[in-house]
Amino acid sequence: MTATDSTSHKNSEQIESVAIRFAGDSGDGMQLTGTKFTDETALAGNDLSTFPDFPAEIRAPAGTMAGVSGFQIHFSSRDIHTPADRPDVLIAFNPAALRANVEDVRPGGTVIINIDSFNEKALTRAGYDGDPLPDLRERFNLVEIPFTTLNREALQGLDLSSREIDRCKNFFALGVLCWLYGRPMDATERWLGGKFKGDVLEGNVRTLRAGYAFGETTELFPTSFVVPSAKIESGTYRNITGNQALAWGLVAAGVQMDREVFLGAYPITPASDVLHEVARFRHFGVKTFQAEDEIAAVSSTIGAAFTGNLAVTVSSGPGFILKQEALGLAVMTELPLVAINVQRAGPSTGSPTKTEQGDLLAALFGRHSQSPLPIIAASTPGDCFHTALEAFRIAVKYMTPVVVLSDGYIANSAEPWLIPDVDALERTQIEFANPIDIGEFLPYARDPETGARPWAIPGTPGLEHRIGGLTKADGSGNVSYEADNHGRMIQLRKDKIEGIANDLPPIEVEGPDSGELLVVGWGGTKGSITAACENAREQGMSVSQIHLRHLNPFPSNLGEVLGRFEKVLLPELSDGHLAMLLRSKYLVDIQMLNKIEGQPFKISELMEAITELHNR
Amino acid sequence: MAADAAVKVSRKDFVSDQDVRWCPGCGDYSILANVQRVMPELGVPRENVVFVSGIGCSSRFPYYMNTYGFHTIHGRAPAFATGIKISNPELSVWIVTGDGDGLSIGGNHLLHTIRRNVNTQVLLFNNKIYGLTKGQYSPTSDVGTKTKSTPQGAIDHPIDPISFALGCGATFVARTIDVDAKHMQQVLKRAHEHEGTAFVEILQNCPVFNDGIWDELQDRKTRAQSALVLEHGEPLVFGPPGEKKGIVFNSGIPSVIDLADDDDPVARGVVVHDEQAPAASYAGVLATLQRPDFPLPVGVLRAVEKPTYEDMLQRQVDDAIEERGKGDLKALLHSGDTWQV
Repeated sequence: MTATDSTSHKNSEQIESVAIRFAGDSGDGMQLTGTKFTDETALAGNDLSTFPDFPAEIRAPAGTMAGVSGFQIHFSSRDIHTPADRPDVLIAFNPAALRANVEDVRPGGTVIINIDSFNEKALTRAGYDGDPLPDLRERFNLVEIPFTTLNREALQGLDLSSREIDRCKNFFALGVLCWLYGRPMDATERWLGGKFKGDVLEGNVRTLRAGYAFGETTELFPTSFVVPSAKIESGTYRNITGNQALAWGLVAAGVQMDREVFLGAYPITPASDVLHEVARFRHFGVKTFQAEDEIAAVSSTIGAAFTGNLAVTVSSGPGFILKQEALGLAVMTELPLVAINVQRAGPSTGSPTKTEQGDLLAALFGRHSQSPLPIIAASTPGDCFHTALEAFRIAVKYMTPVVVLSDGYIANSAEPWLIPDVDALERTQIEFANPIDIGEFLPYARDPETGARPWAIPGTPGLEHRIGGLTKADGSGNVSYEADNHGRMIQLRKDKIEGIANDLPPIEVEGPDSGELLVVGWGGTKGSITAACENAREQGMSVSQIHLRHLNPFPSNLGEVLGRFEKVLLPELSDGHLAMLLRSKYLVDIQMLNKIEGQPFKISELMEAITELHNR
Repeated sequence: MAADAAVKVSRKDFVSDQDVRWCPGCGDYSILANVQRVMPELGVPRENVVFVSGIGCSSRFPYYMNTYGFHTIHGRAPAFATGIKISNPELSVWIVTGDGDGLSIGGNHLLHTIRRNVNTQVLLFNNKIYGLTKGQYSPTSDVGTKTKSTPQGAIDHPIDPISFALGCGATFVARTIDVDAKHMQQVLKRAHEHEGTAFVEILQNCPVFNDGIWDELQDRKTRAQSALVLEHGEPLVFGPPGEKKGIVFNSGIPSVIDLADDDDPVARGVVVHDEQAPAASYAGVLATLQRPDFPLPVGVLRAVEKPTYEDMLQRQVDDAIEERGKGDLKALLHSGDTWQV
């Protein structure tokens, strides 16, 4: 189908969706280029999903494979769930970026290269023996554009060093892409205007527009493409990443519960952005504290919880593990706080910028002795917002630390997010213990319904009391070494956490309510699993899906739901943590699909497993 | 129960209903009694007092105070206290720690709390031994100390708590002795009055695992010779009548001179104590005065003013609200680029 764009002299072709990957050196501005293209795409009304994939090194040696940074965006006129398995279009700024990414491109797809950077030295540094281009011309639609030269020509006469001029070339490429897919550039120009001044601003805007004009006039692109806006739920949308949504959810919890928020954290990839983002919101009365280490981060957070703040700490795997002893104290003292773990690939330092779901069992069992706490997981970037609110709801209502699991993939991925109606969000009035209501004050007296103990904060006259890590006497909370009491307190805390199950919405099944195959997921794999299940049903397979937010306790109907299906498939980005839990609790024969490569599931991988199991 | 200025509070009001479970003769009893005695004089309502501790014999302290209290985990009390103070700057927050808890496992937290100048009182009970784990050497034990874990004698070089605190940039540093009630109460009051982290080393005897290490300072008969009692604006003089001595500095190097009873110490060149000396190097030299070559300084070595962490943080919150208005969640969610579907 073709249509004529009224402002263009070329034809444009309507397509349903396209996936583009930007790739270059870490210092080439690929993440920025991708983000700006994402913003423009969102404003054009497409559904979209992004996947930034960058090395842990800030700037590895230029031109090497180690330094290649990529950003993939998938956008569509229909509802999509993932950044797509394979890009349709690759923009490679140098030979290393080409070599690292070209084999991912869909056969026959478009590969745009900055031909200026293809010389013998750069090819050697990238590990190419000879000239790869003749072969690629056979297999792909190879478009060779001299980005460096064209950018320099566009910026002639500006008072910029040659280095400053060359740093603008990513915006030339962005301009070309904007023309190719009919994206407006107003938002990017607005952003540039807020970021730069003088000739740097002029340079970036000029090269962006020059790139657009180049697309319009060059013979290299006979047509442009139109991806019509998506038909998704109506409302006001914005782009949001998982870390941003988590941060906003924490701020929102403070507003909705009318309490000050305290965030204690120590920088760690990929969780630091939550700290950065929350630190911007001091005008919400939020206090952020960059502690000297992970242990101080959680300790200060527990102190803030004791004092009556909505207290939260955020880190990733290695940091989360350092917090475990203190979380045990929070379990013992039954204080409400939220500990967020944006999981990354491990063990040890592992692959800090890559994703994994390997910390579920550590969250559940990583403290010594019987130390139960609720665990919830965010499933999409936008869901991180609601997960933060839910975590605080549980923490405060049940007087318990709550662990939130996110992961490196949803933390950095962006998606269009239907902005929630603030007036419709749950509001909770926090009630601290009040000496007027209580005769003799018992710090470990329990609410008959929830099992929660009172939250008696310093500064309240008449409720002076002492808490700590030593075993507490039931009721009084005094130090107790009595054997019966010890067992009773362990049981009371266990019952309290398990009782939360009654307060959770029952699991709802996507697809047939019972039958042949149920695909179970948790956390950041929701997008890929949803896409695969939808595909499978479109192909006529009977495939159902559930996705767990609450991992401890499980929703009370989980066992019953699992029992309604002949086969259960559980894809996890680990060696099967949830599978182990479901097997032991419900005695269900779970089929595992495990991937531990630091990368999210591809839809094709899931489809293969679903098809194989379905037809077995 | 409500705080009523007219109701006179006494020591008893700060005694909790819990049985104290330190060993008979432990120096902690005396410290507890003095803290409870000082509390009513500080003018802080009981509900606004929080005692925070880590792990060790000293860290049982909060259970015995009828205030808010938090017995936390090993070494981390300063970090908990920081969260408490940031969350509610109105509270009077006291950290109770020991030489093992504060300077070994918790050395990092102590360092950072002190350098941030979080307005808390740190009471470090120094008995140069691990008591609760039954007698291993600690980071303040002297070289050669024989314990269960060092049967041939400790080979670690000890850390001096006062020098450590000064090195961290402490704005208030003092030392006192477990059995010297009057002196300790003065020091505790000064520590409380100080805006910022007030670091107090309390020399404390462990009668079970390290008995007698502070004998010459605890014994009134020998204290005059072995302790240098610091008073702001007074010369550094010590010794009983007839055996008076003074501290002089030669190019910053301290030495002891004999004084006749009718000598004017200042005229003889004895250093006049200045706890407010802008440079920490003066207190640093005092900290090097160690037994047996010198008397051990007790009292306030350093007390200078610096903004506190929690005040500066609160000011950033206030400034942000003044500049941007109180945060509006709806406006936040709709900020930046949005679009309608």
